[in-house]
Amino acid sequence: MAIMNVNPTRMQMTKLKKQLLTARRGHKMLKDKRDELMRQFIELVQENKRLRDKVEAELSVCSAAFTNASAVMSREALESSLMSSKQRTGVDVRSKNIMSVDVPVYKAVSESSDESDIFPYGFAFTSFELDDAVMSLNELLPDLIRLAQIEKSCELMSAEIEKTRRRVNSLEHVMIPRYEETIKYISMKLEENDRSSRTRLMKVKDMLLDKAHNYSGK
Amino acid sequence: MVKNIAFIGDSESVKGFSAVGIDVLVCDDTSEAAMILKNTADKDMYAVIFMTEELFETAEKEVNKLSEQSMPAVIPLPGARGNNGIGIKRLSSFVEQAVGSDILFKNQ
Repeated sequence: MAIMNVNPTRMQMTKLKKQLLTARRGHKMLKDKRDELMRQFIELVQENKRLRDKVEAELSVCSAAFTNASAVMSREALESSLMSSKQRTGVDVRSKNIMSVDVPVYKAVSESSDESDIFPYGFAFTSFELDDAVMSLNELLPDLIRLAQIEKSCELMSAEIEKTRRRVNSLEHVMIPRYEETIKYISMKLEENDRSSRTRLMKVKDMLLDKAHNYSGK
Repeated sequence: MVKNIAFIGDSESVKGFSAVGIDVLVCDDTSEAAMILKNTADKDMYAVIFMTEELFETAEKEVNKLSEQSMPAVIPLPGARGNNGIGIKRLSSFVEQAVGSDILFKNQ
């Protein structure tokens, strides 16, 4: 691992030590964040799978019901009876913060005068198969909205987990070792300087003593 | 903040969705799917956009762009032509992105 391009001074070493401490703390926190995100994500994704299986199964039932309806009714009649709608379905969008990821929370809002009155047509010219089809689709609606919410959450969370994982890895395998090695390099360099100045001093002392008392001449 | 729901699909698949109060956009030509999705998302009226799986597949580029935003949620649903498993594939791609490999749905 390459060391950083720094001057080997005591000042620099103190600075690096502080940075290393911060990096370690950041690493620990990010790791905790990743673990918690992962735990929640796995739970969410499992629920997503369950819900999707259910919705897909029910949608195929619905679509079969509409096919049945279109078999007994003429195409024009079917289309004109489904053209308008009595209710308007919207979603109230809030957001929830899961470990710094803003995930949406949808709440179905239905703008209709009467909850049970969902059929946008009179019953005189339509078949009961169509009633069944519309009703089953209407019952599926809350699940559809919930599926949308969970799937979007999974999407956002998986992106965030990937980002966090990269950060954790780069801290763990690049940044922290680099700091450690640089600090080691500086401390060794300082010790080396220390030793070399000590030997120089000893040598100078020897020379001075030699001059004063003429030791070597004996 | 109340937003609407849209459904983009071929004329067979959208049947009935307008009756339950979802805005329906008919798209019978798969090459137009991306454009319709973009226009729909730009309007900022919709919190959820459902798409049939075939259209979802063809508009993948646009879908990926929208996936980074918190709104709208673009969700694939099986259309009248049946289920081709994109929904589950999408789930396993999330797991793969998050974990590094698909540990949940690999065996299914």
